[in-house]
Amino acid sequence: MSEIILKPKEQPLVPIEANNVTPDVFAGKTLEEIKNLGIWHGNRQDRLSKFFDIEGESSENPSEIKIIIDGSVPKTKWIGKAMTAGEILVKGDVNMYVGADMKGGKILVEGNAASWPGQDMQGGELTIMGNAGDYVGSAYRGDWRGMSGGLITVHGNVGNEIAEYMLGGKMVIKGNVSIMPGVHMNGGLLIIEGNVVARVGGEMKGGTIVVKGIIDEFLAGFKYLGIERDLNLEGEIIEGAYHKFKGDLATKGASGIVYAAVAGNSHIAPY
Amino acid sequence: MEIVKNVVCPFCGMLCDDIICKVEGDEIVGTLNACRIGHSKFVHAEGAERYKKPLIRKNGELVEVTMEEAIDKAATVLAESKRPLMYGWSCTDCDAQAVGVELAEEAKAIIDNTASVCHGPSVLALQDVGYPICTFGEVKNRADVVVYWGCNPMHAHPRNLSRLVFSRGFFRERGLADRTVIVVDPRKSDSSKLADIHLQLDYDKDYELLDAMRAVLLGNEILYDEVAGIPKETIYEAVDVLKNAKFGVLFFGMGITHSRGKHRNIDTAICLVTDLNDSAKFTLIPMRGHYNVTGFNQVCTWESGYPFCVDFATGSARYNPGETGSNDLLQNKETDGMMVVASDPGAHFPQKALERMAEIPVISIEPHRTPTTEMADIIIPPAIVGMEAEGTAYRMEGVPIRMRKVVDIGLLSDKEILERILTRVKEINASK
Repeated sequence: MSEIILKPKEQPLVPIEANNVTPDVFAGKTLEEIKNLGIWHGNRQDRLSKFFDIEGESSENPSEIKIIIDGSVPKTKWIGKAMTAGEILVKGDVNMYVGADMKGGKILVEGNAASWPGQDMQGGELTIMGNAGDYVGSAYRGDWRGMSGGLITVHGNVGNEIAEYMLGGKMVIKGNVSIMPGVHMNGGLLIIEGNVVARVGGEMKGGTIVVKGIIDEFLAGFKYLGIERDLNLEGEIIEGAYHKFKGDLATKGASGIVYAAVAGNSHIAPY
Repeated sequence: MEIVKNVVCPFCGMLCDDIICKVEGDEIVGTLNACRIGHSKFVHAEGAERYKKPLIRKNGELVEVTMEEAIDKAATVLAESKRPLMYGWSCTDCDAQAVGVELAEEAKAIIDNTASVCHGPSVLALQDVGYPICTFGEVKNRADVVVYWGCNPMHAHPRNLSRLVFSRGFFRERGLADRTVIVVDPRKSDSSKLADIHLQLDYDKDYELLDAMRAVLLGNEILYDEVAGIPKETIYEAVDVLKNAKFGVLFFGMGITHSRGKHRNIDTAICLVTDLNDSAKFTLIPMRGHYNVTGFNQVCTWESGYPFCVDFATGSARYNPGETGSNDLLQNKETDGMMVVASDPGAHFPQKALERMAEIPVISIEPHRTPTTEMADIIIPPAIVGMEAEGTAYRMEGVPIRMRKVVDIGLLSDKEILERILTRVKEINASK
């Protein structure tokens, strides 16, 4: 694996758009060519080297490339956009849209991510060790087809409307979630290990949501199907006892499933 | 004293077009038919301080300058900013808005209107799930069930009820007596006093109540005996009234667009209206605030493909409220120069956004002294559309209405000012 290290210089207040920072774009380019890649800074273009000290060696094959962003880049958007192979490691925070349109490869963010990580993701693995903002693995605004494949793991807490319009793939949130996880969800698997404030699976028509923590408020439009033990979901056994709900029956033909851990969730079960 | 008839009121989204103005010289001194809010705008009540000359802040003091200097300074701010924001637009006419979109594209700016702190959530929702809307005429002549959700028309749109609900319509000969009025509001209000059914739900539980109502409408049992503080039986009764409507209309306001969940509340409300059409005829109308806020969304959509929060930074239009909304840009400190046209974010934005406004150059195209002009570096006063300039505006349900010029005070219109700034920005960009 050939490594290319981007050492961030001072981040500007007006954000930069690093959609060129992917193994696919770096592949087959010399270090000089990578330094001269265009990057949007507000409404004008600059060279990548204006914002990063770049060293290392590229390769012909994107799957042989590992890009290391050696520091925090809280004002950098679109890292790893539409990447298909290789790896990106960010040793700090990122701004919006990390791994948007991702099709393959791996991204690891050691810090926090702002909103829209993994937007419209189709494949690959995106891992965020810190917290993430709203709309993790969501659809583009106005689209009814969201994340369709791949794996997103967030170790910290996340905001609102994660897995919005999710179609497929898997998302694991280890921390707590605000409102509306899995809103309009149509497929895929969302596992929340922490607590949820409200509106799990609002208007969902398909897919599965598992909540291991406490759901403060639950929607009345679901149907209670009883208690199920040791869930077998996509070949994975999730141990424990869970209240099972089907819904959201506010929408026509809905058959989404929400599992809520029996421990701590007796207040949302009808009896 | 001169009497001018058939004037269109430039205050709220009702765009009442039957106002009579009493004019003395270049001043409107009285009105007939207008509500108290509209009257106040026409006669500049409450000690409004009017600007008549362009001003630029020099060493902290506002100094009168020539129009050329003000235009040049404004154009320079826009052309030199890396992420300029052009906000407002809802109290001016469509022609000015169209020039605004062209200026945003030339300056590679972000253009956004007051919808982003108002009915923006409605716009997001209708992009997701559609927009079964109707016109005022249909409400007046046909509606037998009228729902006001999260709005208080008696105070915010005072003539909505008198023009559409109290009034007699072709199929509703007895006016109010032929209609069932439902108000959904956590508070008791002057509008809820008129309601046949007042669903006094818990704060921030609009989505929960709508979800239960939709489930009931589709013939499902609901999980709990009480949802959002409303007993199950009352929910069944309310749904029964809705689904037996001959012609129903849902008016909705800030109480639902900005309670918890925002656009998802509207999303599910629109879906309720859509599903109601399986058994009833049902429509909706958003209670738009500024008189031409709807017009901006129309103009911006036909010019750029998107209704608001449009980012021209890379030369092509991009759109994502949450990133490209005015408050997102200000609170994330992304924007480095701002132009405010026909609105007053200084009075309405949260403190964190105002902190950024205070740090960056602000241009204000604004007739009156406002909290925004207090922090502006350049102030250019225009003629007020609908009183001192003519122009087209869109009523809240999307009907375009031509507004009249009542008096002449010899100031440039918003459109003329923007055209001059556009010409200057083009010159600056050409010389780069």
